[in-house]
Amino acid sequence: MSLFSLLPPAAYSFGGALEFIFSKQTSNVTGGNKVGGIDQVLELAAAQIEVSVLALLLALLIALPVALYFGHRGVGELVAVGIGNAGRAVPELALVALVALVIGVGTGTLVLVLAVLGIPPILTNTFVGIRQVDRASVDAARGAGMTELEVLRKVELPLAVPSIMQGIRGSAVNIVATATIAPLVGVATLGEFILGENVYGADGVLAGAIVVAVLALLFEFGLAALQRRLTPKGLKLQQASE
Amino acid sequence: MSGAGALLGPVLAEINPEFFHERTEGNLPCQASESHLFCWDWATEHLDRYGTPTLQQLELVVIAVLAGFVIAFGLAILGHRVRWLRPPLLAGTGILFAIPSIAFFLLLLPLTGRGKETAIIALTAYTLQIIYRNVVLGLDNVPGSVREAARGMGLTSRQILWKVEVPMAVPEIIAGLRIATVSTVAIATLAVFAGGGGLGTQILGEANLKFPTTIVIAMVIVIAMALFFDVILLTIQRLLTPWRRARAI
Repeated sequence: MSLFSLLPPAAYSFGGALEFIFSKQTSNVTGGNKVGGIDQVLELAAAQIEVSVLALLLALLIALPVALYFGHRGVGELVAVGIGNAGRAVPELALVALVALVIGVGTGTLVLVLAVLGIPPILTNTFVGIRQVDRASVDAARGAGMTELEVLRKVELPLAVPSIMQGIRGSAVNIVATATIAPLVGVATLGEFILGENVYGADGVLAGAIVVAVLALLFEFGLAALQRRLTPKGLKLQQASE
Repeated sequence: MSGAGALLGPVLAEINPEFFHERTEGNLPCQASESHLFCWDWATEHLDRYGTPTLQQLELVVIAVLAGFVIAFGLAILGHRVRWLRPPLLAGTGILFAIPSIAFFLLLLPLTGRGKETAIIALTAYTLQIIYRNVVLGLDNVPGSVREAARGMGLTSRQILWKVEVPMAVPEIIAGLRIATVSTVAIATLAVFAGGGGLGTQILGEANLKFPTTIVIAMVIVIAMALFFDVILLTIQRLLTPWRRARAI
């Protein structure tokens, strides 16, 4: 019996993971090079934030104008809702792995595929949010002499903020989560720790998970705060009284 | 960055180490080719290897959604009765929802170890917010006049809840269940990170990641499973709310 078969299987402990985050550890495969530590954690976290923000912006740039236009016109409901439903059914892991093989690896590919995953929630929620605006308010705005663009900008858009922001939050959750498996397309994010157990050990895997979770919650809280700022005062009062 | 590819293989190669050899030693034309997006010959001959992972994924989804439904429904009734509990319930389930599933699976490892139980716990936690929100929305959407009428007929609060409010909220509740189920089918692909099996086992691993056919097959099964559950839930909704069909006519 070899020595290795006597060793216990990889032991996951939060203590070990926290040590990995804050100080460099000796890895058994990097030939004396130490791994982990706050510098590497921050570097990979920054990379994950960067690709996530880029992808979210790209998704917004594509989905928001389209959804606002069709929502305002009130056409294409089946398509808008259908895209949202279809988007949920796509397994991110398979999509990312496939894209790596078909399109190739690199930051560009990653941002593109993350944006594609981020589009459906924004598209559907924006469309539905605009459609749900009270028709009486829209008619009143038209009666007051607003142009169609003004109706959209001054009436529909502010009233749809909660729904739109919910879509953006859903999109951000998807994007940040999927950016974790970015190493599959050759981009080092915090997933490097998670997918590289042979280099970083069980402590590295768990450390990666902790930092990814913290990162995702920062996005969520940040966007929730933004939602509170963007929601019109009248809408907040109405929600509070319900 | 260049090291990323090298990292992947060994970690999850344990899943099916003989896979690559099986593929290259065969004599079918497109088997060993990485450039073929889909190899029909290989697919038809090896479809049986997707049976167990598919059943595993099915099991994860069914248990997680049922558990999530029971818990979220209970929380929603609580929030419906006790108003001030709503913000903390929404925030609590929101945090569980926002934590990426991969991280959630891994964070449970020190507590519950590798296995399908761990995967089920994380998936259940993920479904809570979606179902909770929709049940609350459904109960809130019941018109006050209907509630008044029920009270006027002498129904108690409990009777109003179960005989009037909950049945009227069925469309929203099922809508929530559909979203939760379809998302969970897709996310259960990541259960492989918790050692929970499922179709992710046919995607990760050095050999799989270089072979588009297996990734496509796994992806198609996942999407088909999501569609299957969606149709089933839609049918259940039709059966449970016959009055809506009547109204539609």
